[in-house]
Amino acid sequence: MNTTLAFNSFQEKLDKDFNIEPKDVMPDDYRKHLIRQISQHAHSEVIGMQPEGNWISRAPSLRAKQILLAKIQDEGGHGLYLYSACETLGISRDELIEQLHEGKAKYSNIFNYPSLSWADIGAIGWLVDGAAIVNQVSLQRTSFGPYARAMVRICKEESFHQRQGYEIMATMMSGTKVQREMAQDAMNRWWWPSLMMFGPHDSDSPHSGKAFEWKIKLKSNDELRQKFIDKTVQQAEVIGLTIPDDQLKWNEDKQGYDHGEINWDEFKRVINGNGPCNKQRLDHHKKYHADGAWVREAAAAYAETNSKF
Amino acid sequence: MTNQEALYIYLLRLGDNALLNGHRLAEWCSRGPFLEEDLAMTNIALDNIGRAQAFLKYAAAIHGKGKTEDDLAYKRSEREFYNHLITELPIGDFAYTVAKQLIISCFDVLVFTDLSNSKDETIAGIAAKALKESRYHFVHARDWSYRLGKGTEESHRRYQHAIQDLWMYTGELFEMNEVENILLQEGISNNLQEVKSNWINLIMPILQESSIRIPTVDYMQTGSCKGIHTENLGHILSEMQYLQRAYPDAKW
Ligand SMILES: [Fe+2]
Ligand SMILES: [Fe+2]
Repeated sequence: MNTTLAFNSFQEKLDKDFNIEPKDVMPDDYRKHLIRQISQHAHSEVIGMQPEGNWISRAPSLRAKQILLAKIQDEGGHGLYLYSACETLGISRDELIEQLHEGKAKYSNIFNYPSLSWADIGAIGWLVDGAAIVNQVSLQRTSFGPYARAMVRICKEESFHQRQGYEIMATMMSGTKVQREMAQDAMNRWWWPSLMMFGPHDSDSPHSGKAFEWKIKLKSNDELRQKFIDKTVQQAEVIGLTIPDDQLKWNEDKQGYDHGEINWDEFKRVINGNGPCNKQRLDHHKKYHADGAWVREAAAAYAETNSKF
Repeated sequence: MTNQEALYIYLLRLGDNALLNGHRLAEWCSRGPFLEEDLAMTNIALDNIGRAQAFLKYAAAIHGKGKTEDDLAYKRSEREFYNHLITELPIGDFAYTVAKQLIISCFDVLVFTDLSNSKDETIAGIAAKALKESRYHFVHARDWSYRLGKGTEESHRRYQHAIQDLWMYTGELFEMNEVENILLQEGISNNLQEVKSNWINLIMPILQESSIRIPTVDYMQTGSCKGIHTENLGHILSEMQYLQRAYPDAKW
C-alpha cells in the first residue's frame, strides 16, 4: 500500500477501496459489526472441529486418519488467525469465548448437525467447506485489512479440504452398495443445511444494508448460494449422487439452477437453539474450557516467576 | 526365530508404539486447555501416525503376501499388537498426558538417535525423520513438565500424581528378548540396556527441575513384547478397526 497517501476520513478510504486497518479511526458500529462477524467466523472454525473430530478414532485407513487430523488442525488454525484478527479490534480472546458461552456470539448453524457415518466426513469437506469457500473467496476483498488477509490464507487450505471431502464421496460412490447408500444418505442430510449456511434470502436479511455500505459484505446471500449450487450440482452428477431436491432444474435464462424452497422454519428453529447438537456442541466447548482452567493458570503462574518462558 | 521374523516383529513394535501413541493423543482434538495446545497435541499425534504408517508399511513388505500397512493396523487382533503398554493408557488429564509424553519422548529421542545409524537403511531413514520430530515432542513435554511442576499447587499435585501412576510402565521400555537380541547382533536395533541408563540421565534432571519426586515402585508392568496388554487395547481396536471389520469388502 502507498503509505504517503493520506485520507481525510474513514469514508474516503472506503470509497477509494483501501483496506481499513486496526489503527484507523472507524465508526463504532463498523467495529461492532466486524467483531460480531469475525468472532462468529472464528467460533465456527473451532466448534466445527467437533463433528469431524467425532471420526478421527474411526477413520478407516492410516492415510484417511492423517488427512482428517490435518484438516481439523487447519480449522483450529483458522480459528486462531480469526481470533487474532478480531483482537486487533480491541477485544480479547477470553471475552470472545465468554460471549460464545453466554450465547451472545453465534457459530455457523451447520455444526449443530451430527456426523453419523464416515460419509459425513466426505460430505462435510465437500459441501460444508465447499460452501464456506464461496463465502470466504468473496471476503478476501472485504474492507477490514486483517480479516481480508486472514481470508486469503484460509482460502488456500479450504480448497484442499473440499477436494479431500469430494475424494471420500467419490471413493464411496465407486465402492460397495452399502458405501453408496452411506454416501447418498450423507448427501441427503447435509445438502439443505449447507444451503442454509448462506443465510436468509436477500429479501429477508434486514442487517445486510450497512454491511454492503461498509464493504464488509460484497455479495448477497442469494448470489453466493447460487454460486455454490451451480458448481456443486455437476460435481454430484459426476460421481452419481442425487441432489435431494426434486425441483432442482437448469434455468437457461439465468444460466444457473433453480432450487426448491429451503425449510426456513428448520433454519430458525436450529439457530434459536433447537437443533440436534446445539446443546452438545456448546456444552463440549464449555466443559473442556473449564477443564483446562488449571492448566492455563499453571502456565500463567510459571510465566510470572520464570521470565525465560 | 529367523532374522526375518525378528525384523517383522520389531517393525510391528516400532509401528504399534507410534500408532497407539498417536491414536491416544488425537483424543485431545477439541479438548485441549486452549486452542494452541489443542493444535500442538494433534500435531504430535499426526507425526506419530505418519511414523506408524512408515514402519508398518515396511513391516508389510517384510511379511510379503501382498499385505499393506492398513491390513496390519486394522486387521490384527489384540494379541498381535506389540506397543508398549504406556502408549495405550488413557490420555487422562493434561498432567497425565504430559507425563506420558515426557516418558515416551525421552525414550524416542534416544532410540531414534541410535536407529538413525541402523544397518537397515529403511529403518535408518524412518528413524532420522522420527528423531527430528521427537526432539520437538521432547521439548514440548519438557517445557510443560516445568510449567506443571512449578506452576500452581494444583498443577504440581496433578503432575506428581501422574508421574507416580505411570512409573510402573517404564520398566518394559527397556526389556530385550529374542527379537532385540537377534537384531542387535545384526546392527539393526540398539541396546535397550544402554538406552535405559541414558534415559534415566535425561529424564531425572527434568523431573528434579520440575520439583517432582522420583517415584519408587516395587513392581514394573510387563507383557507387551508377548502381545499381552492392558484392558484398554481391546477397546481402542474395537473403535479404530470398526469400519474395516464391519465392511470387509469395502475400500476407503
Ligand atoms: Fe476453516
Ligand atoms: Fe476447512
